[in-house]
Amino acid sequence: MNKRRPYVRPMDGWWRRNPFFIEYMVHEGTALFVAAYAGILLNGLLHLSRGEAAWNVWLDGLKNPWYIGFHLLALVAISYHTYTWFKIMPRTMPPVIVGGKRLADGAITGGGLAVAAAASLVLLAAVWGMAR
Amino acid sequence: MSENQRTIEIEVLRYHPEKDQVPYQQVFQVPFTDDMSVLQGVQYIKDYLDGSLSFRWSCRMAICGSCGMMINGEPHLSCETFLRDYYPARVRVEALAHFPIERDLVINMEGFIAKLESIQPYIIPKEERTLAQGEYLQTPEQLKVYEQFSSCINCMLCYAACPQFGLNPEFIGPGAMALLHRYNVDSRDGGKAERMELVSSEEGVFHCTAVGYCSEVCPKHVDPANAVNQNKTNAAADYFLRFLAPKGGAK
Amino acid sequence: MKRTLKRSNAPIFWALFGAGGMLSALLGPMLVLITGIAVPLGLLLPADTMSYANMLAFSQNLIGKGFIFAVIALFLWHAAHRIFHSLHDVGIHAGTGAKLICYGGAMLGTLIAAYALLAIGF
Repeated sequence: MNKRRPYVRPMDGWWRRNPFFIEYMVHEGTALFVAAYAGILLNGLLHLSRGEAAWNVWLDGLKNPWYIGFHLLALVAISYHTYTWFKIMPRTMPPVIVGGKRLADGAITGGGLAVAAAASLVLLAAVWGMAR
Repeated sequence: MSENQRTIEIEVLRYHPEKDQVPYQQVFQVPFTDDMSVLQGVQYIKDYLDGSLSFRWSCRMAICGSCGMMINGEPHLSCETFLRDYYPARVRVEALAHFPIERDLVINMEGFIAKLESIQPYIIPKEERTLAQGEYLQTPEQLKVYEQFSSCINCMLCYAACPQFGLNPEFIGPGAMALLHRYNVDSRDGGKAERMELVSSEEGVFHCTAVGYCSEVCPKHVDPANAVNQNKTNAAADYFLRFLAPKGGAK
Repeated sequence: MKRTLKRSNAPIFWALFGAGGMLSALLGPMLVLITGIAVPLGLLLPADTMSYANMLAFSQNLIGKGFIFAVIALFLWHAAHRIFHSLHDVGIHAGTGAKLICYGGAMLGTLIAAYALLAIGF
């Protein structure tokens, strides 16, 4: 009789086994804030389509301390998403060859974060320009 | 042994299928010196404390890829991991994660071998050449494109680091993808279209969620996460453009 | 080994996930700062930045419409894909059900956004 009986270990709670996995679950979790924020914007868009009175109800609602608190948390979470998105970039994109050498991981991450900072400033300037 | 010999506790996950229903931990007191690897610690157990302990090893110099184990929960080659770095704490040793345990520290690698075969890990020549036509030439630049991926020693540490493989053993996984990529981007190879079928399939690259731990643990500094994710882009391009490009014409 | 391989449809969802991930990584924090903190608290930006007149004009402009649609839809698809995979990660392999809730939700949000933007007019 075959004595082989390979034992398959359970995967329950695997994300708690290693700090690397805990970090992974945290950055995956930022999606909850992205989804909730998109939901808030969608709600605002619906109010906008219903006229001025409806829009102002939504706009005033944003001053609610709970909303402010949520947005502060969302700012932290989505900023962390930005950081981790560019941190994993050297793994996810094809190698960039500059002068016959592969661009270092740090340069790709740093470059991505710099582009994000620049894009954010352009957005802020555009909003400021349109509002005046 | 030298006079600065100390004793460390090694906790081993044991499993003998003929008598154990589930694996259990067993602790051994192992005398060690500064130059002893975890593999040597385990060998000491087998030689002097319990001859029934099973594990794989061969070269003792991080090139054969046989002695991978979970050491304090992290995948390492036990021959290049040193007991002194854990002392005075206890060191926990377990068979590579995500694989079925065959016996003690020995895993069942049949699934991995089947995957390795399925990627056709050899050059499928673009054009057949006769001996008289000479060898297949390659420039240093063409070599550089695939060189790091060819360093894989099939040690399976990346699989033990990949939760997506643990959750779904069908997933082709990091190591096999790194080797698949190594052949696909070799200038002498013409088998990419055949291999892309596997890449784009449901067992293919899209199980990966870019955890990235596979590339962290690779003892040969291969970047399997990069191979997997570059092929997501390739598979997606093929998915969306296959109607434009004639069949087989895609790269 | 010869077996029939089924082509995965994941590229559609993966591409939307990637596009939304990139957009939210580039602009997400600043958008949250503007709409959720600076404007409600009256900081940094002019008081009427998000007044009805301003936002109506922005959403009637073709570029503005496109921007609003891209942000809402892609953020939703990005989040849906991540949440779907995280459910799998934590052991909820409710296959079709989880897929329907995640991607169906993103699809619904996309349709509602398109409807609202069309209702606002040009």
